[in-house]
Amino acid sequence: MTTPTPSQLNKAGLSKNDYRGQPSTLCQGCGHNSIANQIVTTCYELDIVPEKVIKLSGIGCSSKSPAYFLNRSFGFNSLHGRMSSLATGALFADTSIRAIGISGDGDTASIGMGGFKHMVRRNVPIVYIVENNGVYGLTKGQFSATAEVGLNLKHQGINQYMPVDICMEALASNATFVARSFAGDAKQVKELLKAAFSHHGVAVLDIISPCVTFNNEGEAAHSYTWGKDHEAPLHEISFIPAMDEIEIQGEFAEGSVREVCMHDGSTIRLKKLEKDYDPTSRANAFQILESAQLNDWLVTGLLYIDESKPTLTETFNLVDTPLNRLVDADLRPERETIDKINAMMF
Amino acid sequence: MIEKVINDFSVTIATVNGSGSQTANVTLLRALFKMGIPISGKNLFPSNIQGLPTWYTIRVSKDGFIARRDEQELVVTLNPSSFAQDLASVQPGGAFYYADDIKLPIARNDISIYPMPVKQMARAANVSPALRDYIANMVYVGILAQMLGIELETIQQALSFHFKGKAQAIDSNFGTIKAAADWAAQNLQKTDPYSVARMDATSDLIMADGNTAAALGAIYGGVQFAAWYPITPASTVAESLNSFLPQLRKTKDGKQTYAVLQAEDELAAIGMAIGAGWGGLRSMTSTSGPGISLMAEYAGLAYLSEVPVVIWDVQRIGPSTGLPTRTAQGDLTEAYYLSQGDKQNVVLLPGSVKECFEFGWKALDLAEQLQTPIFVLSDLDLGMNQWMTKPFEYPTAPLERGKVLWEQDLEKLNGIWSRYKDSDGDGIPFRTVPGNKHPASAWFARGTGHDENARYSEDATTWESNMARLKKKYDTARTLVPEPIIEVEEGATIGIIAYGSTEPAVEEARALLKQAGNLKTAFLRLRAFPCTNEVQDFIKKYNPIYIVEANRDGQMRQILSAVMPELASKFRSACHSDGLPLTANWVKESILKQEKNQ
Ligand SMILES: Cc1ncc(C[n+]2csc(CCOP(=O)(O)OP(=O)(O)O)c2C)c(N)n1
Ligand code: SF4
Ligand SMILES: [Mg+2]
Repeated sequence: MTTPTPSQLNKAGLSKNDYRGQPSTLCQGCGHNSIANQIVTTCYELDIVPEKVIKLSGIGCSSKSPAYFLNRSFGFNSLHGRMSSLATGALFADTSIRAIGISGDGDTASIGMGGFKHMVRRNVPIVYIVENNGVYGLTKGQFSATAEVGLNLKHQGINQYMPVDICMEALASNATFVARSFAGDAKQVKELLKAAFSHHGVAVLDIISPCVTFNNEGEAAHSYTWGKDHEAPLHEISFIPAMDEIEIQGEFAEGSVREVCMHDGSTIRLKKLEKDYDPTSRANAFQILESAQLNDWLVTGLLYIDESKPTLTETFNLVDTPLNRLVDADLRPERETIDKINAMMF
Repeated sequence: MIEKVINDFSVTIATVNGSGSQTANVTLLRALFKMGIPISGKNLFPSNIQGLPTWYTIRVSKDGFIARRDEQELVVTLNPSSFAQDLASVQPGGAFYYADDIKLPIARNDISIYPMPVKQMARAANVSPALRDYIANMVYVGILAQMLGIELETIQQALSFHFKGKAQAIDSNFGTIKAAADWAAQNLQKTDPYSVARMDATSDLIMADGNTAAALGAIYGGVQFAAWYPITPASTVAESLNSFLPQLRKTKDGKQTYAVLQAEDELAAIGMAIGAGWGGLRSMTSTSGPGISLMAEYAGLAYLSEVPVVIWDVQRIGPSTGLPTRTAQGDLTEAYYLSQGDKQNVVLLPGSVKECFEFGWKALDLAEQLQTPIFVLSDLDLGMNQWMTKPFEYPTAPLERGKVLWEQDLEKLNGIWSRYKDSDGDGIPFRTVPGNKHPASAWFARGTGHDENARYSEDATTWESNMARLKKKYDTARTLVPEPIIEVEEGATIGIIAYGSTEPAVEEARALLKQAGNLKTAFLRLRAFPCTNEVQDFIKKYNPIYIVEANRDGQMRQILSAVMPELASKFRSACHSDGLPLTANWVKESILKQEKNQ
């Protein structure tokens, strides 16, 4: 490896290579690969220190991908559908750590649905990405719970059941950040990822991520073709980090831009497209998802955001030192207390 | 004049579940304890909030035998629906106390019969109608106090403890007790021989339940994270964490050094605990059999990825929902083998309330030392009943945090280390935890095959050598877990092995066997898997070996037979499970019968 020139180093003093992972073993063209690449770029551009990130996943092709980014971050490829609880416990270890969770539609919307909704309801501070391909990739092409009615898959027949809408489920569980995107729209994925990393609480990103091997026929609702033809972005999203404030003034005609100020001082700028969309209203989010379902749109963008809710760990009034750095004296009550405790018994 | 029997009988009180009789029963138990008499109390309660019959049985034993007995010298009933059964259960020569509003036939003349004006006295009590049912229970406390000779002063101490010093509650309850005692003095003629008298056998003891002890032990063990899901009989472990942690583990400015979280189910409870354990926290979860079943997959992940976590199983009787409020030792094989693939788990087996405390902190040490799930198997009898116990002892050793590398350690190593390498020859590798800022600190945990550097691998030899190391680690565990307690007896050839809450029944059975046929026995109380060398030595020394346990299938025998097949022909099972704590008599009979059959 050649030493990068300083200009290639970000503010954390790291080159983009420092954010890469192992070579991917997923299929060529799999949507999951492009999302992994965007995670690398996002973390590099946000100057994130990789040691301050934990990357977690369940089981599936999607859940394999934490191995393919951020080699210098702690990772845990856990159990099918069970990453939500793992994240919930792990985040108590050191609350300065950021978590990124990678899941699949099977992992989240079938086996892991209960845990997912409870993680969301507790506002666990995590960037939670569902790489949604409407199919079980790793077990070779069975229907997932997000498959559309009428989808015809080899060896499986025709799906009869209504799909689960992950964004709806997240909203119903009082998620504080809900976005949908499309792996084929790399720029939007990246900007949403940046916004999600700045979010204070749980950020659910439902990213349509085509499985080129098992579910990419032209008319299938999780295919590249369908996505390209039906994507209906709510806005043009860009993320402005806290440092860059000065640059963002008066470039746009009044009413054409919405700005969402984030907890950490950064800004999400949403440029109006056809219609204005206010992502701070839950009702709007439900409504647009309902219309999207009726009209066969792939609505993408920031559906909902609420920066005001405390995160799970904030509700605990923890000591300032990370819990995992506390020592004996912090953890074991003093010797005198044992007599008091015994006296409290009968 | 019949001969008096002092401090040696069992009394069972039959009431309706949810009627508030627990306060009365525990008051009696505590009062007797404060009189210096060895006692035990067992709540035999239904899975129901209100309405079904429930019993509380107290054993008073001058000799210090505190196992439950089937024979009841004294029976008190306030419950019409169990009346006939209660009456029939009184030992000949015993006494039957009943609420006199129950108008049912009493066709026994071999026992003393004492009616109690329960309703009448409750009405006379100066309390609101809502409290009358509760106060009614105090009537039998007062009458028993008078008839048995329980000191009213110790009753007052027990009430004061229960009501946390609240004068009004203490006074109104005590008023009824006193009135009932006076009534009994004037109206009942004692014709049975059973009574109590002050002793000095409990002054250095306290009373507590195993679940409180477990939680306190964990707190002194520096527990930092606990996730749980409600289930009888385990809930009070986590509830005790919630009540004691704020007193013991907040900083001066009121901040927490811990977090307790009620999860959405046991799948999540263990996932959270393992997440925290991986993050470097002293972490635990507590549940019962059904929860253990749900935790199976995650336990295997923790085993293979080598994450520390403590799992308390307060056992109730299964399979399935079983009898949720009845005790058993039925989860032994489940815990020992839990999860798919090759493995044995480290299992601790506390046999007393004091050991629940001790294993509460030791389990957290072992989890971090061994980087593996540590199961602690208590049971309903131990966990939920009040027991006499030696006071809790401050841990004798500093916290064991195991092999964790922090930034400065990695600097010294120039960042060169391998997560799953057996660098010390004990099978235990080094680990780092998230938050470590050294650029070489991170590693990737997974339940899939991995090499020494935690990289994904399907290589056959890599898999096998990792599994061999894990086995070696289990051998290291053998040197770290609590050793058994052994009691030898001059001239004994028979050995007994037992574990957990059956100890009192076994101890008494040994005394009975000696009395009955001069049958001498040696006793090993197993306190952990893997077995330490002492276990093998004991088994080699004696023949036959009776393995006593509260389950149908002889689960301990199954495991020991698998561990030491060459010695298995020595084993004989004395196992039995009906939801009730084993009695000494049953243990004795079971052994005698098998001795005769040989
Ligand atoms: C408890 C359990 N059940 C079943 C499986 C088998 N399994 C592995 S991946 C998978 C589905 C993955 O689908 P999804 O989450 O959509 O991920 P994708 O592969 O499509 O990215 C299943 C059922 C498992 N690993 N664990
Ligand atoms: S099977 Fe599908 S989901 Fe899995 S790697 Fe291949 S394309 Fe991606
Ligand atoms: Mg999928």
